[in-house]
Amino acid sequence: MKPTLLLGTRKGFIAYHFLNNQWQVENCSFEGVAVSIAYADPRNGTWWACLDHGHWGVKLQRSKDRGQTWEEVAAPAYPEGEEVKDGKPAATRYLWSMSHGGSHFTQRLWIGTDPGGLFMSEDEGNSFQLVQSLWQHPTRKEGWFGGGRDLPGIHSIVVDPRNEDHIHIGISCAGVFETTDGGKNWAIRNKGLRADFLPDPNAEVGHDPHIVVAAPGNPDVLWQQNHCGIFRSTDGGMNWQDISESEGPARFGFAIAVAEDNPNQAWVAPADSDMIRTAIKGALRICRTDDGGKTWKQLRNGLPQENCYDIIYRHALVTSGDAVAFGTTTGNLFFSPDRGENWQVINNYLPMIYSVQFVD
Amino acid sequence: MPTVKFTYALKRFFPKLKDTAIAGNTLTAVLQEIEAGNPGVCKYVLDEQGHLRQHVNIFIDGALIKDRTTLSDPFTENSEIYIMQALSGG
Repeated sequence: MKPTLLLGTRKGFIAYHFLNNQWQVENCSFEGVAVSIAYADPRNGTWWACLDHGHWGVKLQRSKDRGQTWEEVAAPAYPEGEEVKDGKPAATRYLWSMSHGGSHFTQRLWIGTDPGGLFMSEDEGNSFQLVQSLWQHPTRKEGWFGGGRDLPGIHSIVVDPRNEDHIHIGISCAGVFETTDGGKNWAIRNKGLRADFLPDPNAEVGHDPHIVVAAPGNPDVLWQQNHCGIFRSTDGGMNWQDISESEGPARFGFAIAVAEDNPNQAWVAPADSDMIRTAIKGALRICRTDDGGKTWKQLRNGLPQENCYDIIYRHALVTSGDAVAFGTTTGNLFFSPDRGENWQVINNYLPMIYSVQFVD
Repeated sequence: MPTVKFTYALKRFFPKLKDTAIAGNTLTAVLQEIEAGNPGVCKYVLDEQGHLRQHVNIFIDGALIKDRTTLSDPFTENSEIYIMQALSGG
C-alpha cells in the first residue's frame, strides 16, 4: 500500500500519512477553498491542487515539497472566441480530472474540464493548451450535454502505460472517446452502453459514464460506473458489457476502483438510485466483484448501517495493494486494509470529499 | 483619477492590493493598470474571455455595472469603483 492519501475536499486540500499503524494528517492547504482534484504525479512526486474558488474562478497550484509551499500556475483557459454552443462563450468552469502523460512523455500532463475541453501540457504544467481535435469533434456542440454539472465535462483520463499516445477519456454526457495518436484523432467508444435517459438509449453519443478506469494489470480491461449501470470491456472499449446486478445494489453509483493485481476484481460504491441519491436504506456498503462482474459481494463490516446518507463521488474510491479507501459526501473517510472485508474510520468530520488518491 | 476599492476577500491572494487612485478612461484600462502592479489579479476578476466572473461585482459610484461582457460602463474622474464579491455559496 502506498502510505499517503491525498484528499480534494469542499474546504481544502488534505493529506494523510500512514505511520505507526495510524493515519495522521500530514498537510492541510487552501483552507476554505474547494479542491476539485488533489493529485500527485507519481513520476516526480509533485502535488497538484485543482481549485474551484467559486468567486474567483478555477486555479491550479503545484507543490514540489509535499504541500509545504505552493506555486500558482496558469490554469487551463479557452482561447478567445471559443464557444460551448453557438453564442455561448467557453471559459473554464471546473477542473474535473488530471493525469500524467506517462514515462515516455515526462513533461506531459492532461487536464479535463467543464465545459468539455481536454487540455494538454508539454512543459510540466507551466502552460496548458486546448486539444482542438476533440473540441472540434463534430458531435460536440449538438450531441454533448451536462450530466452532474450544467455543461459537459471530462472526468476520466485513462493513459495506456503500454502506449502513452493511446488514451481513453470519459465525458458526462457524451461517453467514452479514444485516441491512438496522442489526441490528434478521436473515436467514439460507446458500443454496448445504454443511455436510458435518452429517447434512443443506444445513441452514438450522449452517454453518461460517471467514471472510466482501466485495470492496471491489463489496460485492455476497462470498467465504468455509468449512470445506467456498471459496464466492463475486455477489448479496450470496443464493446461494453452490462455487469450490473439486476436485483442487487451494485448498479447505480459514481465511483469504481480496480485491483492493481487482478483485472477481474473491482469495487463500486452503490447509491440507492438515480432518483434517491443516498446510502441504500440508510446503510453504507461497498460492493466487490472477484470474477469480472459476474457476481458481487456486499462489504459492510465497520461501515454505518443505519441513519446514513453518504454517497461516494466518482474520484473518491481508490485502491492500492490490499488497501481500499473512500471518502463521502458527508465528510467521512474510511479505510480497509483487506480489500474491503473490514473498514475503519479515518475521520468522521471532514468536509465533503471530492477526490482521494493513494500516493507515495 | 477614479478611486478603486477592493473587497477584503481578494487581499487573501494579493496582500499588496490597496484602495488607490488609478488612471484610466475605461474599466478595462483601470484593470490593466491594477494588473501591472499585481500580476494575476485580473484572472481572479475576469474569465479568460475577459468577461466579469459570475460571482464578482463591480460598482461605479454605488451602482452595479450593466455591461459584464465588455465592461463599457462609463465613469468620471471622481468616481469610486468598487470590486466586490457577490455573496453566494456556503
